[in-house]
Amino acid sequence: MATLAVKSLHTHFGGVRAVDGVDLDVKDGEFLVLLGASGSGKTTLMRTIAGLEKLTSGDVLIGGQVVNDLPPNARNIAMVFQSYALYPHKTVGKNISFPLEAVGMQRAAIQQKVEWAANLFGIGHLLQRKPRALSGGERQRVALARALVREPNLFLLDEPLSNLDAKLRHLARHELKKLHQRVGITTVYVTHDQVEAMGLGERVAVMNHGKIEQIGTPSDIYREPGNTFVARFMGSPAMNLIRMENEVIGFHPENFLPATEFEANAGARRLPFYVTGVEDLGADILLYGLVPSAEEVPQQANEQAAPPAPVTLQDGPRGANVIAKLPARLAGRVAVGVQHDFFVQPGLVKEFDPVSGQRTNAATPA
Amino acid sequence: MSAHNPQRRDVYLAVGMIAPAVLFIVLLVGVPFGLAIYYSLHDVTTGGTAARWVGLGNFGELLSDRNFITALKNTLVFTFGTLITVLILATIQAELLMRKFRGKWVVRFLLLLPWTAPVALGLIGWLWMYDSVFSPIDWLLRQVGLLGHPGALLGPLPNLYWLGSKQLALPSVVIVNVWRLLPLATVIVLAGLNSIPGDVIEQARIDRAGYLRRLFDITLPMLSPILLVAILFTFVFTFADMISIFILTRGGPANSTQVLASMAFFTGILGGNLGKGAAVALFLFPALAGVSAILLGLIRRSEVA
Repeated sequence: MATLAVKSLHTHFGGVRAVDGVDLDVKDGEFLVLLGASGSGKTTLMRTIAGLEKLTSGDVLIGGQVVNDLPPNARNIAMVFQSYALYPHKTVGKNISFPLEAVGMQRAAIQQKVEWAANLFGIGHLLQRKPRALSGGERQRVALARALVREPNLFLLDEPLSNLDAKLRHLARHELKKLHQRVGITTVYVTHDQVEAMGLGERVAVMNHGKIEQIGTPSDIYREPGNTFVARFMGSPAMNLIRMENEVIGFHPENFLPATEFEANAGARRLPFYVTGVEDLGADILLYGLVPSAEEVPQQANEQAAPPAPVTLQDGPRGANVIAKLPARLAGRVAVGVQHDFFVQPGLVKEFDPVSGQRTNAATPA
Repeated sequence: MSAHNPQRRDVYLAVGMIAPAVLFIVLLVGVPFGLAIYYSLHDVTTGGTAARWVGLGNFGELLSDRNFITALKNTLVFTFGTLITVLILATIQAELLMRKFRGKWVVRFLLLLPWTAPVALGLIGWLWMYDSVFSPIDWLLRQVGLLGHPGALLGPLPNLYWLGSKQLALPSVVIVNVWRLLPLATVIVLAGLNSIPGDVIEQARIDRAGYLRRLFDITLPMLSPILLVAILFTFVFTFADMISIFILTRGGPANSTQVLASMAFFTGILGGNLGKGAAVALFLFPALAGVSAILLGLIRRSEVA
C-alpha cells in the first residue's frame, strides 16, 4: 500500500499532448476515479502511472519514491485492463498464480494465495477452466483476482466494468466498492461513465484535453461544478446552462420547480419556462422546454464538441433548452405548449463567467 | 421439370467452376502418384516399355543399399537442421521486426529479399560464395587470420572447400536452405506476433514478468499455432526439395549431400531405373503425410484449447 503523487506530468505522442500538465495526490488507501470522455487523456495518464507509456516531463511518485524510469514490472502495481487481458492459454488458476510465479514464490505459498483470491471472488470452482470457457462477469473476477493476489502498492483499473451488461454492472460496482473497503489498497479507476464515478469514487478527477478540470468528492463535483465543462459532464440529464446578459447561470434539472406546486423561498430565481414536451421515466418525469436567454451558452475555449442546436418552434418562442426533473406524482400537472412560472431556490443557481466558463459565485452553504 | 430449372443450373455452374481444380489435382497429383506406385512395384526402365511385376522387390533392394541409407540420414539431417535453425532465427527476426527502429522498412525489405529472388539465381550466387578458389567467405576468413597459414584456427589450406569437403558439404547446403526458407517463416511468425493482443503482453509486464518469462511463458505458447504452421511449411518445402542440392552439389561429394528427393531423380530419371526411383520417392510419402497430419492435428488442438 502506498500513496501516489503525480507532479506537473506531461505525456506527449509526437505533437499530441495526451497528458498536459497534471498534478494529483492520492492518499494511502484512497479510491480515486479519473473521469473523462474518450480522448481526454485519462487512460494515458493511468498508463503513464503504470509505466506503460514514457512520460515527457514531470514526476510520478509511488509511496514517495520517484518511479519515472522504472519499468512496469518494478513498480509493484496491479492493473486490470478493459479487455481483462487474461492469458488465453493458461487456466484460471495459472492466470491468477502468474504474478506470483513471476517473482519466484514458493509453490505452497502460491497455492494458498490463489485459493484465497479465488474464494474472495467466488471463482474457486473455475480454477481448472480456460478463459474462453468463462462468461464476461467471470472473466472480470479472474482479472481482479489476478490483480489482487500479489498485494500490490497500487491498483489501476481501466474501465473494468464496461464489458459487462447493465444488470451485472450495478452488482459489480457494489462488489468493487466492498472489496476496496476490505483490502484498502490505493486505487485509481478510469471511466467515462459519470454514474460509475459518482457511485465508486471517494474523490473524482474530471479530465478534459489532458488536464484535470476539477477534483473533489462526487457530491462536490456534482453540486458545485467549477466550470461549465464539468457542469455539462456530470448528471443525467446534465445541469442546465443559460446565457444571461453578463453571466451564464446553471442549475440541476431536479432543482427547477414549478411555482404552482412548490413554495419559493425569498431570493429564489424566477424564470418563465415554455414547456415543449414531457417524458415519463416512471419514478420521475422530465419536462423539456425553453427559457429566454441572451444567446446559446458559449463553449469553453478548449472544448471542441458543438453544442446542441437550440430547438426553434415555428413561430413560437425561442430560448435556451432546459430540462426540468419532477417527481412522477406531478405528471399531468404541467401542461405542454404553455409558458409556466418556474423557479430555482436560492443557493442552487451556479454562476459562470461567459467567456472563460469558470465559476464566479463561490460554493454557497445550502 | 425442364433443363431451365434454376436449381439444376446452379449445379452445372458449381460443377463447371470446381472442375478445373479437380482436374488439376487429378492430372498433376493423382496421376503421377498412381504412376509412381505402379512403377515402384514393377521393373520399369526408361530403356523400354516392359514392366515386369516385382512386388516389393524395389523397396527391398533399397533397404540393403548403403547409398539409400545415407540418403535417408542426409534427408533427416537436412530437414531437421533447416527446421530448427529456421525456427529459431525466424522467431528472433520477427521479434526484432516488431520493434520500432529507424530504417525498419529497409531491413524488412532486405530480410524478405531471398524469398523474392528466383531460386536458381540465388543458388548460383551461393555457388560463388562457396567457390573452391574465389569464395568471399574464405577470403574474409583469410583476412582476419583464421584460415590459410600454419597454425590457423580453420587450417593451413587457403580454402575451406565448402561444397567439396565431405564434412562441410551438408552443413553448407543447410545454410543455403535456411537462407531460402527464413523469409517465409519470418513472415508467418511476424503475423502470429502481431495477432497477440498488446494488452496481454502489457499485463505480463505489469505482472512483474521479465523479458524471458514473457517470451517463454506468454508469447511462445500464444504463438504455438502459428509456429506449427511455419514448421509445417518449412518441413514440407525441405523434406521433398532437391533444387538446392541439385544446383549446389548434385548429391556429392561421395553422396554426402544426397537426399531422398535427389536420389529419386538421379536413380529414376538420369539413371533410367524408373521403378527404383519411384520406390525412393514413395519413401517420402508416408513421412510427409504422417508429419503433415500430426502437425495439422496439433494446430487444430492448439486453436481450440
